[in-house]
Amino acid sequence: MTRHRRPGFKVSLPLVVTLAALLLGGCGLGKQSTLSPAGPVAQAQLSMLYESLAIMAVIFIVVAAVFVYSLIRFRARKTDTELPKQVHGSTALEIAWTIIPIIIIVVLSISTVHYAFALESPPQGPGTVQVQVIGHQFWWEFRYPGTGVVTANQVHIPVGKKVNFSLQSADVVHSFWVPRLGGKTDLIPGRTNTLWLEASKPGVYYGQCAQLCGAGHAYMKFTVLAESPAAYRQWLRHMQHDTVSATTPAQQAGLALFKQDCATCHTIQGTPFQGKVGPNLTALMGRPTIGAGTLPNTAAGLAQWLHDPSAVKPGAKMPDLGLSESQIHSLVAFLETLK
Amino acid sequence: MAAITERMALTHPQARSYHGVWAWLASVDHKKIGIMYIYAALFFMAFGGAEALLVRIQLWQPDNHFVSAETFNQLFTMHGVTMIFLVAMPILIGYINAIVPLQIGARDVAFPRMNALSLWLFVLGGLFMYTSWFMGGAPDAGWFNYVPLSGAHYSPGAGVDFYDIGLQITGIGTLMTAINFLVTILNMRAPGMRLLRMPMFTWSALITMLLILFAFPPITVNLILQMMDRLFHATFFNIPLGGNALLWQNLFWIFGHPEVYIVILPAFGIISEIIPTFSRKPLFGYESMALALSVIAFLSFMVWTHHMFADGLGPIVNSIFAITSMLIAVPTGIKIFNWLATLWGGQIRFTTANLYALAFIPLFVIGGISGVMLAMAPADLQYNDSYFVVAHFHYVLFGGTLMGALAGLYYWFPKIWGRLLDETLGRWNFWLVFIGFNVTFFPMHILGLEGMPRRISTYAPGYGWTTPNQIATVGAFILLIGMLILLYNLIRTFARRPDLVADPWDARSLEWSIPSPTPEYNFAQLPLIEHRDAFWVAKREGTGELPKAEPPGPIHMPSPSLSPFFLALTIIIAGYAALLHADWLALLAMLAVFWQIGLQLVHEDPGYHVHPEIPAGGAAE
Repeated sequence: MTRHRRPGFKVSLPLVVTLAALLLGGCGLGKQSTLSPAGPVAQAQLSMLYESLAIMAVIFIVVAAVFVYSLIRFRARKTDTELPKQVHGSTALEIAWTIIPIIIIVVLSISTVHYAFALESPPQGPGTVQVQVIGHQFWWEFRYPGTGVVTANQVHIPVGKKVNFSLQSADVVHSFWVPRLGGKTDLIPGRTNTLWLEASKPGVYYGQCAQLCGAGHAYMKFTVLAESPAAYRQWLRHMQHDTVSATTPAQQAGLALFKQDCATCHTIQGTPFQGKVGPNLTALMGRPTIGAGTLPNTAAGLAQWLHDPSAVKPGAKMPDLGLSESQIHSLVAFLETLK
Repeated sequence: MAAITERMALTHPQARSYHGVWAWLASVDHKKIGIMYIYAALFFMAFGGAEALLVRIQLWQPDNHFVSAETFNQLFTMHGVTMIFLVAMPILIGYINAIVPLQIGARDVAFPRMNALSLWLFVLGGLFMYTSWFMGGAPDAGWFNYVPLSGAHYSPGAGVDFYDIGLQITGIGTLMTAINFLVTILNMRAPGMRLLRMPMFTWSALITMLLILFAFPPITVNLILQMMDRLFHATFFNIPLGGNALLWQNLFWIFGHPEVYIVILPAFGIISEIIPTFSRKPLFGYESMALALSVIAFLSFMVWTHHMFADGLGPIVNSIFAITSMLIAVPTGIKIFNWLATLWGGQIRFTTANLYALAFIPLFVIGGISGVMLAMAPADLQYNDSYFVVAHFHYVLFGGTLMGALAGLYYWFPKIWGRLLDETLGRWNFWLVFIGFNVTFFPMHILGLEGMPRRISTYAPGYGWTTPNQIATVGAFILLIGMLILLYNLIRTFARRPDLVADPWDARSLEWSIPSPTPEYNFAQLPLIEHRDAFWVAKREGTGELPKAEPPGPIHMPSPSLSPFFLALTIIIAGYAALLHADWLALLAMLAVFWQIGLQLVHEDPGYHVHPEIPAGGAAE
């Protein structure tokens, strides 16, 4: 015989546990949070979240109320002698609960269609900044058309301007996502997609690849550095005219090693080193991390990377060069001159 | 109901009787086939669950090294493939096999041997895919296996070949099931069983079969195209040589979206059986419910591009598919409201089957809510490929399909196995699963909104992701305990003596009018159906005996046969040969396959006859 515990308990305990899970889950505003928009695109998308969530919450409360009420009010009792009224249906109700949801969907469709058009790439104009993004397994190449500037894994943009990203892939499908600035768009080999974003305030915004791209997918991160238009122009100029100065013996040994072991894959602007396989290392010291967000850009981080890249980053295409400790020391000394 | 004795009359020399394991391998009986589907689905569920637990352990803390990134990619890929293709579909098809012929007053399906072939293609195809773990690695490009990552250049190992070949094998079996049940439901209903008198579970099975019929060919094409690329140097998905990455995505999702409706519609059907039974009222809005199933099925072919909102297809495409994707919530909502109206004014009994069916309602509504949010294309650019999507689909697939499947297990267990699962253990099972499920998956909504992408093998500290991930991992272990209690319940129940109660729930549909477990021939005399819920009507207005549509007499049964099992085995051999590049063996095996099919086409099974004895005074004219 089934026992009939008070149904209220049935509902309240899991509800409490679930709410606790929600709250403990941390509704905080993390550094890659869509709930903490820093630009108009992310702001618009967040407004759609709030609009839909508000309407859906009302629906859920209504459904939950009817549901819980029914479970309590209409539970079988030992005193039941005959069958409940055998109701088969109600045309009026069917019409009502068809029409009302359709109306809700019409309402949600208005903002959906509006923003689908409004958030598409703006026309190219002199005020718009163009950045070309090329996704690789497992790093990000950023090129600034018309300037000759190429960098990797950290992209600079001016604050308060629309930035038009053109998105391409050198290998598999990747996805460019920097949540605080806006939603993502995929990088699909064989086609060029476009995405525009804008940062309203200066800062560093965190992004990462959002489409499974292989073993290193979790290690394909990037940052967007939004700075004043003047600082941005200064950075561009710096990247165009960067030079290399190796003065100390360690730095010179590093330079020689770079020429021998690294130049086939890496480019440094203003030098004969023009390898196109791996990330551009011009002004490497301006980046907070290396390995597309894998390690901090410090002497220790660089040394760990050079020691064995794929031990730190699964799927890294850079081979273990079999460098000795002193060779690593020299290379790090040289890399630290790339400011 | 008095026990009916039977005598097996071996009237033809070709009719053989098998014993032990062979009886199961040779069975063409839909009830045995249904049982085997359910056992196999539960078996694969243990593996799919283990894969999930390993994923959750790896994601317990930042920069974890519990498994390598390569292993992680295999784990979540196989988790998805297993749960969708080797658990959800088979367990629902198992119930459809075991129950639908009984619900329509039929003695078996239209094509019993093809039915057995469908089963063996699933069982052996699933095992085939699992051997990949020991043969160089499981598929690791995600359950949707996007190109060019899954192509030969970027995935040179055999893993994706196991995916391509294994899913073709199981997929052919599924297509055969669709044809089988479409013919069965349309052609083999008992006299008087009009379409609008069928139980809602049978309706859901009918519509699901139509979905399978139109959804499975696109993925079959996709798999063949990729197999051509990977094994025979074609270039359909080789981008530098002119291949197209979006071709894979479109073909996959034209299948993939109807696929999720394939796994939810039978669950809807199960809920539509259980809630009326345990409310002691008929299903509210029967005609609306049947219409809603049909509208959902139609619309499910109109929404696939919502999986591709981030592909840069443009605002017109995105707007159209956003609207169609939101529209599909309308018929789904109609179903929810009709279930609520069924409960309203009823006398609700909280059996374990009903606890699962009731829990389905709020959990599926939550999944539907996140679904409507996801449908808003511009906003989806934030949610897409994040843990928000993972939360959404687990709410509808686990909170929906799996809760429905477990409801069906407790509900139909006595009919299939002749004994009731323990209710006390059932409660412990239910509550731990319910709580564990919410603790695991609710925090994932937050993780997605906090910017955590899907399918990452690890994450860094400082993003606010650690605590929700740890909560989710704890939830996964609560789920494990809940499932172990189910296992214990199953073992204990099988060890007990059968109860043999035909109608323990005072239910409404035809399967409860015959003994538990059901005799081989189902109905001694086919019933004449004069009402919807005819058995319920017969109980309320009389003794529960239905009028009969035919006089008693010998019943013609199909012969058991080992041919389906051996045919499936030969297809597996061809699969291994192709994968191992043993092309001559593959060719030979395929010739053997066509030879066996040819034999089936020309062989006529005379069957055999069963003579059930009707107790004195019990035969109805």
